[in-house]
Formats: sequence, structure tokens, C-alpha cells
Amino acid sequence: MHEMSIALSVIEAVTERARQEGGSRITAIDLVVGRLAGVQIESLRFCFDAATRDTPAEGAELVIEEREGRGRCESCGERFPVSSFYAKCPSCAQFRVKIESGEELSVRSFTID
Amino acid sequence: MCDTCGCSGDGGAVLRKPGVKDYHVHVGDDGGHHHHHDHDHHHHHGEVRKVQVEQDVLLQNNLLAERNRGWFEARRILALNFLSSPGSGKTSILEKTIPMLLERYPVTVIEGDQQTTNDADRIDALGVPVIQVNTGTGCHLDAQMVQRAVRELDPPERSLLCIENVGNLVCPALFDLGEAAKVVVISVTEGEDKPIKYPSMFHHADIVLLNKTDLLPYVDFDAAKCREYALQVNHHLEWIEVSAKTGEGFDQWIAWLTLKLAAL
Repeated sequence: MHEMSIALSVIEAVTERARQEGGSRITAIDLVVGRLAGVQIESLRFCFDAATRDTPAEGAELVIEEREGRGRCESCGERFPVSSFYAKCPSCAQFRVKIESGEELSVRSFTID
Repeated sequence: MCDTCGCSGDGGAVLRKPGVKDYHVHVGDDGGHHHHHDHDHHHHHGEVRKVQVEQDVLLQNNLLAERNRGWFEARRILALNFLSSPGSGKTSILEKTIPMLLERYPVTVIEGDQQTTNDADRIDALGVPVIQVNTGTGCHLDAQMVQRAVRELDPPERSLLCIENVGNLVCPALFDLGEAAKVVVISVTEGEDKPIKYPSMFHHADIVLLNKTDLLPYVDFDAAKCREYALQVNHHLEWIEVSAKTGEGFDQWIAWLTLKLAAL
């Protein structure tokens, strides 16, 4: 259940910045989570509610943009969508993918009141 | 609550030493990264505002991991992160490996488990310095726990530091500790499809040790298939088959370690 650590890291990153920005309450947090980031969105949402309790982000809306995974075949150079690290190239059928995107796990923005 | 001093910890990690009854250090007691800014800016109160951040969620961990990595490199310490399911034989592999290296290189160990110092006690019996990190409810080690443990352990220059992570093939994959390489252990009593069931771990690994090969005649485990799966998830993976019980394959494993240590 590393999603709890992830949720706590999100809160930590955001409350620090919110304080600098002079905001007293955080009403929304926008995250980008790639399909290959190793994070379960449902678990993250569940942990987020617990992690925000008694923080300036309590009750904040969690907005998550999921990013598709994309990779390039190191055998034939084909670029294709990947949903797992176990990814077969649709062109040459080799399993030699280099992940180009989909591992993102970042806070894009937050809203303060 | 901490079961040693009774303080109301937040369920955070605790360091312990085998045979030192009262020794325990709470990770984050000092040297943590929680701090407050006194210079609050007071602008636009009561106004709803969107603040752009674009920050990696694991930035704090990644920055600390890079500090660990820099410290290891400067002191020419080879830090390895050992990962596996519970019971694959990480500690047994260390018990077999360490005596084979000790003549040439000092070795120190960080043991990660939710509870007990059982694994640290086994390493302590070999006579090498060891720190146990009890993560409590935590399912993985993080860079801060390692930083704190390393400060207590004080590994010598030109040495091997083995970091045995919490037994778990999921969560520890995400948390960089500052290691030079990730060593994933899998045993022949598990399913040969582990690499494709837990692709994230195998994708981020540098080398796989297939352990308990002495049991191959008694189990339905297709080692070639397992290796094929692992390489399909990560075609840069190195692969060594060993038995911590009989020592089979250890010549190859020790050669791998020695090559890395000689290059420090």
C-alpha cells in the first residue's frame, strides 16, 4: 500500500507551497498519473481522504489526469501505446520496448482559497 | 506508539541494533526534511487561485536518494538494493555472500522489515555491522530511512553496503534509495510468471538472482521460461541462477560483485 506514502508526499509538496503562496485552505489538487507509474488510482483516492485529514487540504478535490503509456521498440523503432512493461511490439513482435512516457507521477497544480 | 520508549510516534520507521537492547532511533527525529518557512507571504487572501507546480510527487525522496548516491560514490561504497517477495531467500543469500567477500572488502548491511530484528540478528552473527530498520506499517524502505541508517552504520570507504528491502514485489519498486543497482531475488518455489505479474519491479531491476535452484528437481518451475518472461519485461536484465543452500552459482554472483567493487 505505497499509495499512502504517495498521498502523504502529495500533501507535503502542496501544503508547503500553499503556505508560501499565502493560501490557508487548499480546495483542489491536480495530479498527473501515468499508466506505468505503479500507482493504483482507486487506492490513491482512498488514501488521499485519510491523508488530508487535519491538514489545509482536508476536503480538497483530487483531480487526476491519467496518461497513456507510450514506448518505442528497440528492435525495429516502431512507436506504440503500452499499458504494461510487458509489451509486445505490434510491428515485429519483439519484447524490447523502451518506455518513452507513462511513468509520470506529478502534481501539476493546486487551488487555494 | 513506540513500543520501546512509549513516545507517541506517528507510526514512522525505527532503527535497531542486534544485541543493543535499548538502542532505537526514530527516523525523522532529526535531519528530516520537514521544515517551516517563517516568511509567509500575505497576498490575495480570500481569493480563489490556481497555483501551477509541475513537481514530481516523489521529488523529496528522489532528492534524498541522489544525496545518498553522491555520498556512496564519493566514499567508493557499492550500495545494492535487494528486493523480493517475502521468503525468496534474500537474507540467506547475504549470509552466503558476505563471508566470501570479507577477505577483500568490508561489508555492512541495512535490514528492512516491518517488525523484529530477526534478519539483523542473522547478519550480526557473521560479525559485520548491521542496522535494522523497522518500518512499522510501512511496506518499503525510503531514502530518508537509508540516510538515517547509514549515519548510524557509518560504512567504511571501498566497501559493500547491502540494503535488504522489505519483502514485497510491488511498493519498493517506486522508491529510489540511492543504490548503484537493484538486485531482485526470485526463488523456484514461486511461480515462473512472477516477472509478468510484477512487471514494474523487474523493469526497474538491474540483475535477477534465481534462488533455491537445488529444489528444481522437486518443483514444477521452468527456469528458462521465467528468464524469458523477465527479459521480456526488461531486456537489459542480467540473470544469475544460485542456491544459497548449496552455493551453486555463487562463483558467478561473486564475480559480478567483485567486478563492480573493483570498478569503484
